[in-house]
Amino acid sequence: MTIPDDDSTKRKRWTHLRRVLERAGPFKDPNFEPSTELLSGIESVRILIIGAGGLGCELLKDMALMGFCRIDIIDMDTIDLANLNRQFLFTKTDIGKSKAEIAAKFIMNRIPNCNVTPHMNKIQDFDASFYSQFRIIVCGLDSIVARRWINSMLVSMLQYDENNQVVPTSIIPLIDGGTEGFKGNARVIMHGYTSCIECTLDLFPPQVNFPQCTIANNPRLPEHCVEWVTSILWPKEKPFGPGVNIDGDSVEHIQWIVEHATKRANEHNITGINFRFTQGVVKRIIPAVASTNAVIASICATEVFKLATSSVLLMNNYTMFNDIEGIYMLTYPPEKREDCPICSNVPVRVQINETAKFQELVDQLIEKYQLIAPLICTQIDGQSKTLYMTSTQQMLELTKPHLRMTLQELGLTNGIEMLVGDPARASSMRVIISLTSSMETTTAK
Amino acid sequence: MLNIFSIKQSRSGDGASSDGGTKKTSAALLRVTKDLSELGTLPPTCQVTYPNKDDLLHFTLTITPDDGFYKGGRFIFSFTIESEYPHTPPKVKCTQKIYHPNIDLEGNVCLNILREDWKPVLTILSVILGMGFLFSEPNPDDPLNKEAAEVLKTNVNTFRSNVTKTMAGGTLSGVQFDRVLSR
Repeated sequence: MTIPDDDSTKRKRWTHLRRVLERAGPFKDPNFEPSTELLSGIESVRILIIGAGGLGCELLKDMALMGFCRIDIIDMDTIDLANLNRQFLFTKTDIGKSKAEIAAKFIMNRIPNCNVTPHMNKIQDFDASFYSQFRIIVCGLDSIVARRWINSMLVSMLQYDENNQVVPTSIIPLIDGGTEGFKGNARVIMHGYTSCIECTLDLFPPQVNFPQCTIANNPRLPEHCVEWVTSILWPKEKPFGPGVNIDGDSVEHIQWIVEHATKRANEHNITGINFRFTQGVVKRIIPAVASTNAVIASICATEVFKLATSSVLLMNNYTMFNDIEGIYMLTYPPEKREDCPICSNVPVRVQINETAKFQELVDQLIEKYQLIAPLICTQIDGQSKTLYMTSTQQMLELTKPHLRMTLQELGLTNGIEMLVGDPARASSMRVIISLTSSMETTTAK
Repeated sequence: MLNIFSIKQSRSGDGASSDGGTKKTSAALLRVTKDLSELGTLPPTCQVTYPNKDDLLHFTLTITPDDGFYKGGRFIFSFTIESEYPHTPPKVKCTQKIYHPNIDLEGNVCLNILREDWKPVLTILSVILGMGFLFSEPNPDDPLNKEAAEVLKTNVNTFRSNVTKTMAGGTLSGVQFDRVLSR
C-alpha cells in the first residue's frame, strides 16, 4: 500500500513531528526556536545514506517515513538470498540486483513525495565535490576500511580559520551505526569537535587470526581444520583449477572444504565440522540480528532528525547497545585524541617562492619543524609520487636528484598537499604549498 | 556543544565544493609515510628496495644474515601494505623456496607479530626486525616446515648441512630448493 497524498492524511501524518517542532520544551536545545517552517526544512535537506544492507534498509525506511525527501543511497553490493530475512526492502525476485536501486525503488513506490537517488558504487568512486552536496551523512557499514575512508574524506574537506580552528560551516556531520549480532553502536561525529573514527580505532574488535603454526601443525578447534584447508591445502591442490579462489557461496567449493577439513579433524580427534559451520568460517559470518539493526538505525535516524531541525541537543556522542543478557546501554563521549593522525592533523601551509628549487622547500620544512630525515610524498592528478626519501639507499639515490629541480618541474603547483613523515614526529604531517610570486618577494625584500 | 543552527543557515544553498585543492589522503598512507621514514635505522643485513619508487605500499626486503645457519644467504621477501593498515599487519611472503622451520615451501612466514600478535602500535620497522630475527634464531617450537623443525631439534649438525645444501640450490627429500647464495 502507498500513503495517500491528500490533505487530511498529510496533516495527521505529521501530528507528532509538529508537536516536537512547533512547541518549546524543557528538553529542547536552548537555542531552539519553535517554528512551523521546520517541517518543510526536513523535506529540503539533502541526506546521504552509505550502505543499503541490514542497517541501510532500516535507515532508509526511518528517514523516508520521517519526512526526509531528498535522500541519496550508496551501495556497491547486489542482493543475496541470505539478506532477505532482515533486509526487508528486498524480495526473492530481486536477487542479483543492485541493493541501492531496489531499495530506492521500493521506498519511492511506497512514499510518493520521497525522492531517493541510488548509486551502485563504492564510496571511493566519488570525490569531495560529491560529498559536499549533503548536509548530513549516515553510515550503515560493515567495513572498517570504508568507515576510515569516509572519515578521512570528511576531514580533508574541512576548512580552517587563521587560528587553525575548524570553520563550522565546513563540517558535514557523520552519523555512524554498526551492529554485530546482539551488539551495536551509534555515534555522532562532528569533525574538529568530537572524536573521529580514527581516534577510536582500537574500539573495533580485532580480527580473529589463528597462529599459522597452529593451523599447520597443532589444530585444536574445528576452525583450525577449516583454515588449514583454505590457507594451505587449497593453494597447493588447486581443486578447481589454477587461479580459482574460494567462493564462499559456491556449494561445490564449500563441500570440497568440508570433506578435507573433516578428514583432518578426524586425524586430530576434533569434531564439529559440517557445511553450515564451514561456510561460516570461510565467509567469516557473524549472525546478523534484525532487531539490533532496528534499534541502532532508529538511534541514528533520531540524531539525523535533531541535526536537521536543531530541536533537541545531540547525543553526546557514542552509544553502545548490548542485549545478549537483558539490555545494556551506555552513552559517553570518547575523547578526541590530540595525536589523532586524521582529525588532529591540521594541514600546515608553507609559503615558498614559485621559482624555488625543491631543496629550498625541504630545508624550510626541516628547519621549521625540526625534522631529521623527512619522507615526502604527494599525489599529482591522482598519481602517487615519492618526492624525497632518505631512509633507504635506493630511494636516496632515486629522489636526491629532485632537490635540484624546481617546484614547477616536479609538478608542485599552488595548493598541492604533501605528506611528510619523519622519525622525530609521532605522525605524518600534511603540508600545503602556498606559492608566492617572485615579484612579491622582491618587493618585500 | 556546537550550535548546529548556524551551520544549517550558512550551508543552505551552497552546493559548491570546497576549495579546489581538496583531496583525501588515505589513513594507511598517512601512517606508512611515518613508518617508512624510520627505516634509516635498519641494520645493514636488512635492505628495503622499491620496484616502483612512487608506490610506497609495495616493497621488497632482502635479508643477508651475517651469522648463524643462514650466513651467506640472500633472502627476498615481498611486502604489501593494504588499506586496512595499521588495523591489519602488512602481508609478507618469501619469494624463494627455502629450507626454514618457520617458513613453508610456498613462502608463508610464521611470525607471531604478522598474525595473532599484530597490534597497530607495531610498525614496518618492527616487522622487518622480527624477520631478521627469524634467520638468527630459527624457532623449532613454532614450526611451519615441520620436517625442518624436527631436524633442528634432534640434530643441529644435520640441520646445518641441510641449510647449506639447500641454500646452494640442492635437493632435499625430493624437493628442489632455490639457490639463494649471495655470491
